[in-house]
Amino acid sequence: MTAVTTPQVELANSPRDKRRRGTDRSRQEARLGWYLAGPAFFILVLVTGYPIVQAVYDSLFSYRLTAPGDREFIGLENYGVILTDSLWWEALANTALITLVTVAVELVLGFALAMVMHKVLGFLRPILRTAILVPYAIITVVSAYAWQYAFSITTGFMNAVVPGVPEDFDWFANKWTALTVICLSEIWKTTPFISLLLLAGLAQVPEDMHEAAKVDGATARERLFRVTLPNMKASIMVALLFRALDAFRIFDNVYIMTNGAAGTQTVSSLAYNQTISRLEIGLGSAVSVLLFICVLLICFLAIKVFRVDLARARGEN
Amino acid sequence: MGALSTKEKTLWYIGALLIVLYALVPVAWIISLSLKSEADLSNRSFLPTNVTWENYEGIFSGTASDLFLPALRNSVITCLLATLIAVVLSMFAAYAIARLNFPGKRLILTSALAVAVFPVITMVTPLFNLWRQIGLYDTIPGLIIPYLALTLPISIWTMSAFFREIPWDMEQAAQVDGATSWQAFRKVIVPLAAPGVFTTAIIAFFIAWNDFVFGISLTSTSDAQPVPAALSSFTGSSYFVQPTGAISAAAVIVTIPVVLLALVFQRRIVAGLTNGAVKG
Repeated sequence: MTAVTTPQVELANSPRDKRRRGTDRSRQEARLGWYLAGPAFFILVLVTGYPIVQAVYDSLFSYRLTAPGDREFIGLENYGVILTDSLWWEALANTALITLVTVAVELVLGFALAMVMHKVLGFLRPILRTAILVPYAIITVVSAYAWQYAFSITTGFMNAVVPGVPEDFDWFANKWTALTVICLSEIWKTTPFISLLLLAGLAQVPEDMHEAAKVDGATARERLFRVTLPNMKASIMVALLFRALDAFRIFDNVYIMTNGAAGTQTVSSLAYNQTISRLEIGLGSAVSVLLFICVLLICFLAIKVFRVDLARARGEN
Repeated sequence: MGALSTKEKTLWYIGALLIVLYALVPVAWIISLSLKSEADLSNRSFLPTNVTWENYEGIFSGTASDLFLPALRNSVITCLLATLIAVVLSMFAAYAIARLNFPGKRLILTSALAVAVFPVITMVTPLFNLWRQIGLYDTIPGLIIPYLALTLPISIWTMSAFFREIPWDMEQAAQVDGATSWQAFRKVIVPLAAPGVFTTAIIAFFIAWNDFVFGISLTSTSDAQPVPAALSSFTGSSYFVQPTGAISAAAVIVTIPVVLLALVFQRRIVAGLTNGAVKG
């Protein structure tokens, strides 16, 4: 807010500048603005813009690092190869499934955590805040190992804890159980972030609306669905979009736990395997570009269909 | 928050206890693993039968130290530099965004947002290829540059949210009261802005510290390999021995700094994380 008002106050106080208002003055401000923000912006665009342009270009070639001399322009053939390969569709389906499941669970679990943190008072608050920051701050790879070792048949204690699971059950031999453990690690690590966003949203729901609903005889359940949730729509949507985009690029957990074995490949791990393990720059680039397009589609859907207003959610009006 | 009945209160306390358990059980498990002896590691119980420090000796002076110690050094250098560069650059950017009115302000914020959700693996293929050609592959600068794509967006974002809340008018007030503009800046603005800058640095550091994609793709030896990538290339003392103990001990070591930061600065970190994202 101050950003907009301060310069105007200055202008009004200095009659000399009155004539040049809106021309020199604002031009000067614009120049200063770009001098200050330009370097950060330039580096931002360079470190991400260059790779994506290069990836689009490389994806049009048949290009293996093992035989760089055979590099040859083949148009969209790489995309044809990928889009007709069941491996791509399996990776895409896995990624979509992981995204849907983790985001849905995290939203519900995160809301529960936020409710508890919102209600608990006094000395417990800082304790909870610290506890919840631990999974947030932990390295994803560490989380992946912790969960993998907990379920592994050589080191894990989980088979003894989970009811109905035989002692020698191998979670990572089967696609669905392996994906379950991958999702568990992902959920554990990222729910705190969602719950903190939701907690901030909860704090903005006006307390008197609750009181009014209570006086009118609304039950706790009605208050939750009629008062709390509708008032938190903006923060829920932002949390949802961020987590969905983050979950869609899942790589660390998959690499550590299965490295794509047992049919658990995701789009990111597929791109990694093509480029780094098989040195197929052309195919790897094409997978990367397709992943990028998927992310753009999710953003587009969120903004156009669900009307997530990121700028407003950021207080940028 | 009205009066809560005792029954309600108890329920929320139980909820609070569950949250603490939720957050700490996996951490306790990896600590317990790191304290198990080699024979204990496959006993498949949560706690070690007898506590041993041999896994820590292994990563600090034993077989795994050749891999772990350089990786720890690489991680610290890379993450600190990537954080420092990002924070300095975004300090200027955030000041401009919070205080000045200029065309392109929205563009900068939107770009930061776009880069923050950018699928990092997309950067790996072109950078892997280019870095090999220009000699940046497996070097620390070759990691710092892509790390900026992780640390810059969040820094610009978090810091401009912090800066927007600074009462900038106080600077003028101080000048009216006779302070020089340098004094006004140093005595009024710096103390107000410092917490925001500091918090932003912590969050950016967390994100750089967490990186695995760049570490595993753009490095190959202990010249530049950061800890998360090194963890995945640990090997046991012989071919038939799993490196579980060494990995767990190393995992605990790299978790200590982030947990300490979270412990000391929890209030600020939470403010920083939510400030940028949710503001009505």
